[in-house]
Parts: sequence; structure tokens; C-alpha cells
Amino acid sequence: MKPARFEYVAAKTVAEAIDARSSFDDTVILAGGQSLIPMLNYRVAQPDAVIDINRVPGLDTISVDNGAVRVGALVRHRQLELSAEAFAAHPLLREALDNVAHIPIRNRGTICGSIAHADAAAEMPAVLVCLDGFVTAQGSGGERNVPASDLFLFHMTTTLDSDEIITSATFPALPKGSGYAFEELTRRHGDYAVAGICAVITPGPDGNCASASLSACGIAEKPVRLSAVEAALVGTNLSDDAVSAAAALVDDMVTNEDDGAGGRYRRQVARTLITRAVAKACQRAAQGRA
Amino acid sequence: MLNQPDRTATQGLADEDRIPVSVTVNGEAYERSVSPRLLLSDFLRHELRLTGTHVGCEHGVCGCCTIRLNGETARSCLTLAVQVDGCEIHTVESLGSKSALGPVQQAFKECHGLQCGYCTPGFLMVVTDYLENNADPDLTDAGIRTALSGNLCRCTGYQNIVAAVRRAHKIMHAG
Amino acid sequence: MATRTFGEPVQRNIDDRLLTGQGHYIDDIDLPSVAHAAFLRSPFARAKITSIDVSAARAHPGVLGVFTCDNIGHIDQDLPLLIPHPCLVGPRTQRPLARGDVYYVGQTVAMVVAVDRYTAEDAVRLIEVDYDPLPVSVELEDAAADGANLVHEDVAGNVAAHFVQNSGDAAAAFARADHVTKITVRVERSTAAPMEGRAVCARWDRITEQLMVWDSTQAPISVRGGLASLFDIDEDRVRVVAPDVGGGFGQKVLFFYPEEVLVPMAAIQLDRPVKWIEDRTENFIGSTQERTQVHTIELAATKDGEVLGLRDFFLHDTGSFIPYGIAIAQVASTSIAGPYRIPNIEVEFKAIYTPTVPVTPYRGCGRPQACFAIERAMDKLAEELGLDRFEVRRRNFIAPDQFPWKREGLLFADGLAVCYDSGEYDTALSKAAEAIGLDRLDEMKADARARGKYLGLGLGFYVEGTGLGPYEGGHVRIHPITGKIYVNTGLSTQGQGHDTVFAQIAADQLGVDPSDVIVVEGDTGAFDWGVATFASRAAVVSGNAIHKAASKAREMVIEAAANMLEAAPGDIELAEGKARISGSDRAVTLAEVATATNPLRYAFNKAAQSATQFAPASKHDGPPLADGKAPGIEVTDYYSPPYSTWAYGCHAALVEVDPALCTVDIRQYVCVHDCGNMINPMIVEGQVIGGMAQGLGGALYEKVQYDQDGNPRNAGFMDFLMPYATEMPKVDIVHMETPSPLNPLGIKGVGEAGTIAVPATIISGIEDALKPLGAGHFHEAPVFPHMIFEKLGGADQAKAS
Repeated sequence: MKPARFEYVAAKTVAEAIDARSSFDDTVILAGGQSLIPMLNYRVAQPDAVIDINRVPGLDTISVDNGAVRVGALVRHRQLELSAEAFAAHPLLREALDNVAHIPIRNRGTICGSIAHADAAAEMPAVLVCLDGFVTAQGSGGERNVPASDLFLFHMTTTLDSDEIITSATFPALPKGSGYAFEELTRRHGDYAVAGICAVITPGPDGNCASASLSACGIAEKPVRLSAVEAALVGTNLSDDAVSAAAALVDDMVTNEDDGAGGRYRRQVARTLITRAVAKACQRAAQGRA
Repeated sequence: MLNQPDRTATQGLADEDRIPVSVTVNGEAYERSVSPRLLLSDFLRHELRLTGTHVGCEHGVCGCCTIRLNGETARSCLTLAVQVDGCEIHTVESLGSKSALGPVQQAFKECHGLQCGYCTPGFLMVVTDYLENNADPDLTDAGIRTALSGNLCRCTGYQNIVAAVRRAHKIMHAG
Repeated sequence: MATRTFGEPVQRNIDDRLLTGQGHYIDDIDLPSVAHAAFLRSPFARAKITSIDVSAARAHPGVLGVFTCDNIGHIDQDLPLLIPHPCLVGPRTQRPLARGDVYYVGQTVAMVVAVDRYTAEDAVRLIEVDYDPLPVSVELEDAAADGANLVHEDVAGNVAAHFVQNSGDAAAAFARADHVTKITVRVERSTAAPMEGRAVCARWDRITEQLMVWDSTQAPISVRGGLASLFDIDEDRVRVVAPDVGGGFGQKVLFFYPEEVLVPMAAIQLDRPVKWIEDRTENFIGSTQERTQVHTIELAATKDGEVLGLRDFFLHDTGSFIPYGIAIAQVASTSIAGPYRIPNIEVEFKAIYTPTVPVTPYRGCGRPQACFAIERAMDKLAEELGLDRFEVRRRNFIAPDQFPWKREGLLFADGLAVCYDSGEYDTALSKAAEAIGLDRLDEMKADARARGKYLGLGLGFYVEGTGLGPYEGGHVRIHPITGKIYVNTGLSTQGQGHDTVFAQIAADQLGVDPSDVIVVEGDTGAFDWGVATFASRAAVVSGNAIHKAASKAREMVIEAAANMLEAAPGDIELAEGKARISGSDRAVTLAEVATATNPLRYAFNKAAQSATQFAPASKHDGPPLADGKAPGIEVTDYYSPPYSTWAYGCHAALVEVDPALCTVDIRQYVCVHDCGNMINPMIVEGQVIGGMAQGLGGALYEKVQYDQDGNPRNAGFMDFLMPYATEMPKVDIVHMETPSPLNPLGIKGVGEAGTIAVPATIISGIEDALKPLGAGHFHEAPVFPHMIFEKLGGADQAKAS
């Protein structure tokens, strides 16, 4: 299990990296490498060139702005997880990050890299989707923001052009008065999710659900927004029955059927995690108000 | 001499472009030219002959090859040697010697935290990191087990490794 | 009397080296100009090879040799059938490199040797092979069915072996039974997955014509015998060393893996050292696996639950080849009655070829399957008769005064009739009940219900025939200069702690500290009589051999010291590295004794002066070395067990199931075990808990999966789910020590003990937990969450949360 030959480009600027992307037929970006290098070792990826962006200055910053958190392309999972400032502003991120693999992997793996890798069972893409976040990408055509809703195409595939590089990802602020939760089921600690649910619930002054954002990983070919569940929750009193009824609407979204039960087991897991995540989010919202 | 160039790992890669790498490993500076595809695990083991770092899966799951890269644990099988230019690395060889075991090594010995010894260097690096990088490490069973998750051991069933973590913490703070 | 270290938790001699990165695993051996091998492996489960073109690979820069079946000389032959048995109706073994046919995904087709592994892997991809795929029947039952696609064209019905054994008269027992319980259980395939894969490094010395092989093996002496035989070289010219071995668990016993033969062949042909390090993918597709069996077991019982007879028919998946004979199926069939008297047994099995990785023993070797079958059947019997699970077991246990308990007609893996030597089964069960808190079970179930969970009691009792023959040796020698004790035996260690327990055994006899005993094993250059490490036999067989040798060495030391000190032998005691007259200061060191018993010409050191020819102590009437005497203190002795010794134990667990997520949480796990006298309880516990972790894998996580075309679906650590520390519960161990009457040390094996009962225990706990939900029976191992979901009706259980 040794990588095949490739050219190595140690980019010193984003522009150099973009140039390199256009100079070879098949390139990959090396940031944390925690998904890429296994693929190289297995030779399932045999790129012409590996473009290492680890020496590009300025990409390793976390900026917090009014509750929103922007992470540069070289921000490691662990770095964000341990950032007191990011936690104070946006505690959902740490809760989700805690589910990502194991510490040695989080020490190296980057959030933007995980988003670019777009594994359908990965946590941070689902968080980005839940929060209506976006990535900033640079390519030969310049810089643009790509909303999460337009980013993920299917498992391990994004809509980005082949010469584009994600330079940052922005996780918008949690709504005022909201509660959040990230609930996940894995077969073993740190594994990719059988299903994971990201939930942000904002109760109104009457205690009824004013707004709800939910997304899931692991259940489909990409991280998905659970719009039907959200719509069913809004306006309800968030009782157990109301949440269960809404959670049942996830069933149609579950297309990943490799659970040994033709998807039925995963549907039940998704429903259960939704009810648990919503309950936890509601509890947190209530604590926030208290 | 230990730091003489030796290319048994990559001698056939001579026709590939080689890239200079300067790296400090266990306090000693090394300069080498390496093929870009050379994994850090192979670099440490076969170029620098620091064979204490083991290779168990080459896809990042088992943790045998865990080292500390600039003070943080990392999989050396998921790192290219060219990436560590200018970096500081610590491997199991830095933790102590047979005549003077370090506290984590001593604890593993006292608690029978190893059997075949193949996964052990990875665990030692992870535990060292856990106890050194946390002012107040969680020493509950659950806390320790979470810290150890990410490293596979096929011999011990982990229980004695959990005990060794507590024991190491005690040794380190015995004053 | 010296302090006895037997029974003490002596720390391990080997650890300082392993903890400091100074181990010597095969890939750490750095030979000058060593070349590296990589293999092209079959991508098809069954296919005809129509052509192989290696020209591009051969021309690749850095490639030193490319081998197919056409240029490996006379080793292009079927590898040996290692354990022949009359019931093998269609024994087949593989060739080092495929000729004409491939029989599983992963089978070696070609070997590239290059200047480094990266280049070798590059060149492997340049080999072009045309295959003509054949239809396959992959699942065990499918392969055994009429009209199945055949793995070997000339082996009808895919039946490799068919065997029926009888003990007593099962038919009569069934005829007079009040009740018959019948269940079918299925255990799935797993793999040992040692953290260090297999590895071989070989060097041919053209001048001395000696072949040196470093092999990450459990059986260096047997590997040497095979290599000498295959290459037609005198055994003395082949040395096999198993240095530090990173786990084995059965996978590294002798089967003659292709790589083990091909790497030395390449070293000879290329006249250059060659090394092959198995990578993780190769370990999943090229190293043997075990477990798949489907048992249909019937118990004939009285209405009081006394089991009069047992019938078991099972299919055993042997993969594509059967180099190790019927060992696994035989162990399963002879362990099937567990700790119960059951005087009438009929057990029949068929070993079936499937187009998958060949099957050979993995820690447990048929016992986990047998234990799962009998223990689940006992639970079913209790349920059907309305009896308590503990009580039905009690009524059938072999009582302590009924040993030896022989099962005439059932031949164990050593070719001898099954005969349990000793045990206190009822006590073990009671201790398990007490430790798990059986009296508080209802309370704990209620507590779980209050949290939306369901809790159940898991129970599993196992027996384990251990310490099989034929024999092992022990060589003990006192070094004249250092006075240290050198101990050798023929088998090898994979980290179990042999060196420490063997040192304790020798140390106790010779009155030294175990750290002054240097144990060298796994090196045919040091000791070359013996067999291998397998079947929980090292401590029993080598341990007793070393004990016998050390006892004789002790007598020699006492006799020599008595002469030197001019005292009666009965007055000599050995302690602290000295032989001393009891109650006095007069003593000689072991070094002095070893020196004095070796008549010298040259005085290497001060002690040696006394052994030279003009020294007063050297005066003698006859020749310096009396007729019949050997120089120094050196003894070799052997131990050959009369038959296997049977360890046993009882596991109990509190298992909690989340009915919504269908996940399993083991709240408490108790392991009562009895391996006879314990040499070192610390090491025993390590073995038990480590084995338990592998058992946990087999209960809840690990299953080697193939698709319907025979492609492995989870050949890596991402998808083959070995438990991390987070999955493994804390295990409470209760030791019992019923000595074995069969050997001088009174010990039994413990290597596999932890593994055997875990699936039966945990899965019976799941079943018990989910009884209130009407989930029914769990007769498959492992149990995955989706299986619990399906047992719960696959309906909307989300509300249950």
C-alpha cells in the first residue's frame, strides 16, 4: 500500500496552487491529508500532481464575526474544537467536531478539506448545510462564495470546478434564542456516521417552534437538509408527539440502504436521532432563555 | 552512524525528483532528499532507521504509526515525508531508554499494558500527548478510553492500558 | 528456601525493549542491499487464467525479478497437506503461484522483486493477466447445496471432509427422552488481524550454502522443516528465526503460505536478500481466516432438564483450501458437549470449500462455535422446560469427583480420546452469578426500563482442551561467566509473555531472580526440537519441559556445590544466585558451580582459575570429565502430555439494548476462569482480557464479508470493525485454580480462554434483554444493530425511546 508516483507542488500562494491545478490533468489538494493520503496509499487516487497548500500563509485562521465563524483552508478540526473564541460564539461546532474521527486525525485533518472531500457520512459538511453556510472558493475565474446548498453533488463530489480551491468555510451564527444539537450514531467511536443529525431550533415567545434547521449525514448520497421535517416542526408546540411525527418525514430522505435492513434500520436511526437532537436543542434553547 | 543517509526504502525512486527535507527528530537535525511519495512512516523507519514507529494499516485507522508532529499526535502513514520540512518530530525513541524508562513507558510495564508490543509505540505517543497536553486530563474510564480510541490493540483488551494511563499520570505528578 | 516466583505477578523481561522502540520485528531487520517483494493477487474468486504478460513489469526500472508459476522451479507444486486425516475426501492445497486457476480473491498470481516496495508495487500493476471468470457459490450453505458451483472441479459437492463421531448411543438417548430441543446457530467469518501482518525476510549465503529466514511465524521449527524439504537442503543449512512477532492468534501458524516459500526462493535465485512485509489489504485477502459454521444441534432431555443425548450436524466453511486438515471442525465437534456430562453424543460435520480465503485456526479454533451452539441450546432447553438457565446447567455439570471424564469415541485434535482432567464447574457458575449480582438483576432491569432501555443477563460457559502434544523441549544452561540462566525452547512467542513465565519456572528451580533468566525461543539456531505455538499449549508443554530440565539442573548444581563446599547435598539450598549450606555463610555462586563443573585449560577469569588443570580443586583420579558426564550445568528435557488438559470458565454480562437505535451497551462483564495453577496471574489476566476483546469482536463487530461474486467487501480497518478501547467494557476477573493432574506444574492453557464464551454470553444477554419486546431468539454471531432491528419487527420502535 504505497502511493503511485506523482509530482509534488508546494504552493506558496493560493494563486500558485490554482496555476498548478491548471498545469496538470489530474490534481489533488493536500491540506490535512487524512482522507487523501489513504486514497493515495490504496492507489484509488493516482493524481498527476499533489498540490500541497500547507505552506500558504494566512489560511490557518479562525475568525469570529458576530457569532459567525469562518475557518481558513488550513484550520484543523482540533484547532477549531479547542478555540475558546469559536466555542463561545458557536458551541454547535465543538459538539459536531467531537464526533469527527479521533484526536490524531483531528490534529491534522482540516474542516475545509473535509468539506471538499464531501464524504456523505462526514459531520462538518452536514453542519455547513444545516447552518446555510458557504465556502469561499478561488479558481482561475476568480473568487466566489458557494452556498452549502449548491456545493454538494453526491458522495465525494462537489460542484466546484477542477481548478478551484476552497479557501475558507463560513458557519453562520446561531439564531438568537435558538438551541442546537449534533447527534450521531456510529458503529464504533469515531467512525463515519450511520446517521448524524444537526439541529438548530428556535422556539418563539409562545414556546412553539418558530424556526427549525435540520440536516443529516450518512443517510443519503450527500449531506442533506431535512426541509420536510423542518416544515412539519415549525408552528408545533414541540411535544414528543409533534417531534416524532415530524421526524417520520425523514424516511423519504433516506436513500442509503447498505445497513443490512434495506434502509429501514437507518430510517429508524435517523428518526430517533432527530427526536433526540430536537429535544436536546429545545432544552438548550430553554436554558438560554432562563 | 545513525544519521547517515540510507535509502533502502526508496532507492528505486532515484529517477524521481527528490525534494530536500530538513527535519528535527527527537532533537536531532536531519537533512535528506526524498521522493515526494515517500510516507513519513517509511522515512522515519527506513531512512532514519528509527524503527520504533510501526506500521499497521497505512490507512490511518490503527494508530501504530502515531508520532508527535510539532507537539501534536499525527499518523505518520498519513503524512508525506516532504510535508515535514522544517518540522519537529518526536517518536517513541524520545520517551526514554531501557535503563531509564519514561513515566508512560514505566507505567505500561508496571500495568502490563503491552503484549506483542507492536501497537505500543503508538499508544505511548498518544498517552504522552494526553497527559502532557492536558492540564487536567479526564482520568475516568470513559475519558481515558476516548483518549485511547483511534489506536487499535489486538492483544491486551485495553484494560491494562487504561490502568497504565492513570499510573503514568501518578508517576508524572509524584514530584 | 528461595522465594518462589511461581504464582507471582512478575513483570515482563521483554518490556523494556518493546517500550523503547528497540523491538526487532521483521521489517526492522535492515539487511544491506535487501530487495522487496510485492504480489499480484487474483481479483476473481474463481477464474481460469488465459494469459500472463510480465514483460512490462520486467522492464520497469528497479525491478530485479518477476516470477510466475513458470519460473519458480520445482516449488511449483501443491504445498503440503499438513495434517492428513482419513476423513478428508478431497484435500486440496494451493500452489505458491497460481497455475491455470485461481480460487479466491487474493490468491498469489505473480511476484515482483524490486529495489524497494514502492517500485515493486508499481511493477505489479504492469503485469497483464487475462482471466476467464467462472460462476461461484460463495455462501457456505449455497456451496454445500446440490448443484453448487464447484471450487475444485474434481471435488464433488465441494465436500473437503465428512466425518461422523459417536460417543455412547445417541439414538437410544433420543428415543427415551421426554423432550428434544433443536436449534440452528450460525457463526460468521472473522480474522485474526494481528497488528503486525505476516512478514518474511530471507538471505541465501552462497559460500556456506546456508539459508537464513526471518519469519513472523508461530512455528519456526516447522517452517524450517518445510523449507528444507521443499528446497532439498539439509536442515542444518536452514535457520529460521521468529524474532519479535506482532501478534499471531493462529494466523501465523504453519500453513505454508505462498510468500513463506517464494521469498526464500527469490533470495536464492537472485542471490540477494529479499523481504516481504504484508500490508493490511493483503492480510485481509491473503492470510487465513476462520469461524463460519452452521450447527443444527439437538438436545434430548428428561423433563427435569438432564440432557441424555446430543446430536449436532454442522457445515464448516474451509475456504478454498484445507492445508491444516480438519483441525477446526474436529475441535468444534469434540468440544460440543461443553462442561456437561451428556453421555451420548453423535456429531457429524462436512467441511465445505468456498471460493474465499482459506480457513485455518484463529484464536478459539472451533470452540467459540461449539460454545455458541451448546450454550444457546442449553438456554433454549431451559426456556422450553420452564427451568432457570443456571439450574439447567447445574443439573448437567460434570461433578468434581467425576473426573477424569472421558468421551470415548470422540478424538480430540491430538488424536486422543477427549478426557477432561479436572474442574469445579458448579463453583465457577456460582461465582459468576455472585460477581454479576444476579440477586439484583430485577432491580437493574427496572432501572434500565426507566431509562428507556432493556437490560438482560448474558451467560456462557466454556471448556477448552489445551496444551496438546506431541511435545516440546526445554534446554537449560548456566553460563559459567555470568552465572545467568539460559533457557531455550522450540516454539515462538507473539507477545504472550513466554519469556517471563519460562524464566519464573527456571528461576524457581535454580534460586535466581527471573530477570537473570534469559529465554531465547523461536530460533532454530538456538533450539530445534519441537512444534509450534498454538492451541494454548506453550505454558503447558514448553513450560513443563523447562521445569523438568531446570529440576535436573538443580540436582546437578546441588551435587556439584555439595562437592565444592564439602557438604551433604541435603544441606544445600539455592537462593539469590548461590548454592549455600543451609544456615551458614558458606556458598558458591552459580557461575562458580558452572565453571567448576567444566574442566578448563585456560583461566578466562578468576573463577575459572579453580577449574584449570593445576588448581587444587581439579584433582581427580580418572579423566577430567568423568565417563558419562557432560561439562557444565546443561540439561535438555522434553515434556509430552499424556492427553490435553481442559481449562474452563464462565462468563456473565449485563447487556443493555437501546430499542430505538438497536445498539448494545455492556454494563458489566464478569469472567470466571480456571486454567489450573497460574504461573503469573498478571499475564493470565492479560491473556483473558485480550482474548475477551477478540470475542467481543465476534459477538458484535467483526465479520469478514464477501459479495455474491466472492469479492471481499470490508478488507480494511475502516470497515472490518475491531473494537477500540471505547467499545471494550471493563472486565471483572475471578480466578479459580484447580490444578491439572496431568503435568508436574499442574497448569492448563489460557491463550484462547477469553475468546470462546463471549459471543454466547453477550448474545444471550441481548436475547434476555429483549424478551419483554418479544424479539425471539438470537442464534447468529455476530449480532449487528440492524439484526436487532429486524428481530424487533423492523417496525417503528422509535416511540420506544
